[in-house]
Amino acid sequence: MENYYLPLLGGLLIGAAVSFMLYLNGRVTGVSGIIYDAVVTPTKKDSVWRWYFISGMLIGGFILRIVKPEAFSGDLPTSNWTLVVAGLLVGFGTVLGSGCTSGHGVCGTSRLSPRSLVATITFILAGVAAVFVFRKLGVFL
Amino acid sequence: MKNNVVALIVGILFAIGLGVSGMTKPEKVFGFLDIFGKWDASLIFVMLGAILVHLIAYRFIIRLKSPLFSKLWHLPTKKEITWSLILGSFIFGVGWALAGYCPGPALTSLASFQMRPLLFFVSLIFGMLTFRLIDRKLNLKR
Repeated sequence: MENYYLPLLGGLLIGAAVSFMLYLNGRVTGVSGIIYDAVVTPTKKDSVWRWYFISGMLIGGFILRIVKPEAFSGDLPTSNWTLVVAGLLVGFGTVLGSGCTSGHGVCGTSRLSPRSLVATITFILAGVAAVFVFRKLGVFL
Repeated sequence: MKNNVVALIVGILFAIGLGVSGMTKPEKVFGFLDIFGKWDASLIFVMLGAILVHLIAYRFIIRLKSPLFSKLWHLPTKKEITWSLILGSFIFGVGWALAGYCPGPALTSLASFQMRPLLFFVSLIFGMLTFRLIDRKLNLKR
């Protein structure tokens, strides 16, 4: 059961964080959209808060690094090229699909948004299928 | 200014939540998606925990006239299930499985100063730029 305790705790914290964002700023906490608007279309009006959010996530990362460095362990035994391809797919796919695990998976599903429910089911099923197929192909050593 | 402080604090909490939950460990994410192999179901509890809190909080928050520090709500209004939504989510899911990173954990992991999260994140930005370039010509979201 200890296996489930930390994921649940982390999940509750994530739920609280996105609820604060909604209650205080009236916004969805969608990380891919925030990165896209901050980095790729930075001229968009009223986009400074996105850089604050990104800075906050990096600060959170630094806190983890001090308090819980093992949070950044457990890399996959894949090649660097696999990682590059994966990054390109995630970057392209999240913009085309208007969201990722945070915006669709947490915020959208909690609002019972049909678009987010479809998106979440799609990317989880695609992930499951990809693990299955790529293992057969020997991508994961 | 208040909105920026809120965004900063939410970012910190969100990142710590990801780290505590195990989402910043690619192996763990891989195990979660590996239903037909050695399935590690524990990450289901991340989603369940987050959705449980936000599902309830959302019901209360949305009844308010406006957010505390903003004149209006900034929520998505689109309703149609489009091909771009499905295809984009599919492409994202494949990349997520290949790397074990989605955007939030990848951003958080930049603070570890490891090479591979950085390589993934730079590629993610290039993927977004590629979308932007193609989208300008073809208007992909139509």
